[in-house]
Amino acid sequence: MIYSLRNPIVLAVLATIGLFLVGSTFAVVPETRQAVVLRFGKPVRIYNSYKPNEVFGHTGAGLKVRAPLLDQIVWIDKRVQSVTMERQQVLSTDQLRLQVDAFARYRIVDPQRMYISAGSEERVQDALKPILGSALRNELGKRRADLLLSPERGEVMTNIQRNLNRVARQYGAQIIDVRIMRTDLPDGTPLQGAFQRMRSAREQEALTLRAEGARRAQLIRAQADADAAKIYAASFGKDPQFYDFYRAMQSYQTSFAQENSGETTAILSPDNDYLRQFRGR
Amino acid sequence: MWAIGGFIGGTTLYFLGERPYRSRMDTEMTQRPGQSSAMSEGGPWGSKGEDGQGGKGGDGPRNPWTPPPRGDEPGGRGQRGPSAIDELLRRARESFGGGFPQQPGGRSLWPYMGAGVIGLWLALTSFHSIGAKQRGLVSLLGSSSRTRGPGVNMTPPAPFEGVEVIGVEESRTTDRGAAVDGAPRLMLTEDQNIINLGYSVRWNISDPKRYAFQIAEQDATIAEVAESAMRAVIATVSLNEAMGAGRNMIEAQVQERMQAILDGYGAGIRIQGVAIKQADPPAAVNDAFKEVTASQQAAETYINQAQAYAQQLSAQSQGAAAAFDKVYEQYRLSPEVTRRRMYYETMEKVLSGVNKTIVETNNVTPYLPLPAVRPTQRATTTVEAAPTQQGGGQ
Repeated sequence: MIYSLRNPIVLAVLATIGLFLVGSTFAVVPETRQAVVLRFGKPVRIYNSYKPNEVFGHTGAGLKVRAPLLDQIVWIDKRVQSVTMERQQVLSTDQLRLQVDAFARYRIVDPQRMYISAGSEERVQDALKPILGSALRNELGKRRADLLLSPERGEVMTNIQRNLNRVARQYGAQIIDVRIMRTDLPDGTPLQGAFQRMRSAREQEALTLRAEGARRAQLIRAQADADAAKIYAASFGKDPQFYDFYRAMQSYQTSFAQENSGETTAILSPDNDYLRQFRGR
Repeated sequence: MWAIGGFIGGTTLYFLGERPYRSRMDTEMTQRPGQSSAMSEGGPWGSKGEDGQGGKGGDGPRNPWTPPPRGDEPGGRGQRGPSAIDELLRRARESFGGGFPQQPGGRSLWPYMGAGVIGLWLALTSFHSIGAKQRGLVSLLGSSSRTRGPGVNMTPPAPFEGVEVIGVEESRTTDRGAAVDGAPRLMLTEDQNIINLGYSVRWNISDPKRYAFQIAEQDATIAEVAESAMRAVIATVSLNEAMGAGRNMIEAQVQERMQAILDGYGAGIRIQGVAIKQADPPAAVNDAFKEVTASQQAAETYINQAQAYAQQLSAQSQGAAAAFDKVYEQYRLSPEVTRRRMYYETMEKVLSGVNKTIVETNNVTPYLPLPAVRPTQRATTTVEAAPTQQGGGQ
């Protein structure tokens, strides 16, 4: 009974051994990972290693066989990964300090070399990070600050990528892309200086706008005066003498009208034209 | 889990044409050996159950849940009377401890339990519900094999095939800038000014396989690429463009640039649009920018005032000219009379309201004190005229 196959304990032990054997013989390699098979620590085989222009479903992923107990699998990510550089201060040729941060995208294309030279994916990142920083500093330090902001940045990036790739290749990685995320002025004096410049530029703009408004207003007034003079001249010029009389009459009415000045005293000479008949002559 | 297990066990047994109720419970018990033993050892009847086959049976039902006494298990079970659950626990333990549990007909319960486990396994790993906007990526032993559309899909069970469900159609939004973390996001423009920019990126997945297998940390990738593209584009435009007229152009360029970068990664992501939500000057210089706006208003005000003056003057001059023309027309008909008439009328109006003193010019005028000819009856007038009086007197 005890050693019989019908004994559940024996069955369970056998099933466990069987499961263990199946588990350590077959390995499911997913699309997202590359598998380095180590036999006693030495890489002997690679499954699902990266090849350009693969079609998913026809890659090396799938069910793979290995020697149980002897072979060990190290998993390495197959996807595009990112390494981010912390913010750094870069000094350009015109002595302008800029705060720069950047990222690089890479993929491990040679998992065996990566395993031998770095050991783990974290160490690849650790190795790439300072190199990205120094490549960036070197490359940006050769340029004027305004060029870093301009479209010429593309060439800078290509150079950095080339430098970085040279190192990355030693780790079995390939740099796909390097991008600067930020180029900012450092806090403190440079930033405040920039703000001050912006402020003064705006103040200038404000004054210019005001002056321009005043200028246009003056032109409009002058034009109006001119138009009025033209209208008057066209009309009054027909008989200047009559205009003189007519306008004088209007003017007297306005000047001597009671409601305007309140008190007016007129001392008239009897020779006054108005009193011509008064004299009875 | 309980519900599913019950459902599967029930179905299986129904299919086999056996008694669903008891066997279903058995299945559940076998799946929780630890739990059942703990319950039985801790329970008041645990020791009774464990001491073997002899203690089985009961005096009869004491409550509605107690099953009727069974013919194949004679013997006393004690005064407490076993419930159905007690019975099942005991049976479950039995099946592990010694030999195969027997049904009333003498058949083994193992096949049913096995079928239950397999049914559960099938149900949990081979039916996949995929929503309307989702796609299921099926992988056969790790290797991507096909993509499944919406609906309930069946695949061979795990570990042979697995399905990863990804929302494809729905557009997702990645926000960047002050709207997200509150901190200003300052960027340098082409003219080395600084702008505080907030924007969001709408995107969806164009190729679920690439999205899932090609890039790690998809969200972070999009955020970083968006930031980089936005800053690169902002660095090519002036501050005024970025704050106003150039927005659409910037959005389009960022979208294009992001798409190009992501396509370079083979990310399987489509950028649907970029929206600049905020493009303000930094807070430190905001006042100066407001001053510009105020100046614009002031300039407008000047111009408006001048135009009002112009219109007023124009109307005035036209009116005056027209009036003169009318009078002149009549004057020309009989100049002398009209002239005299106008003269007298005017003098009448003028002199009727003033104090008049008529003097002979020859003698009097030089000695006439001006205050003397002024009326003094009106107090207000006197007070007002006081300085004039002094000045006039000397």
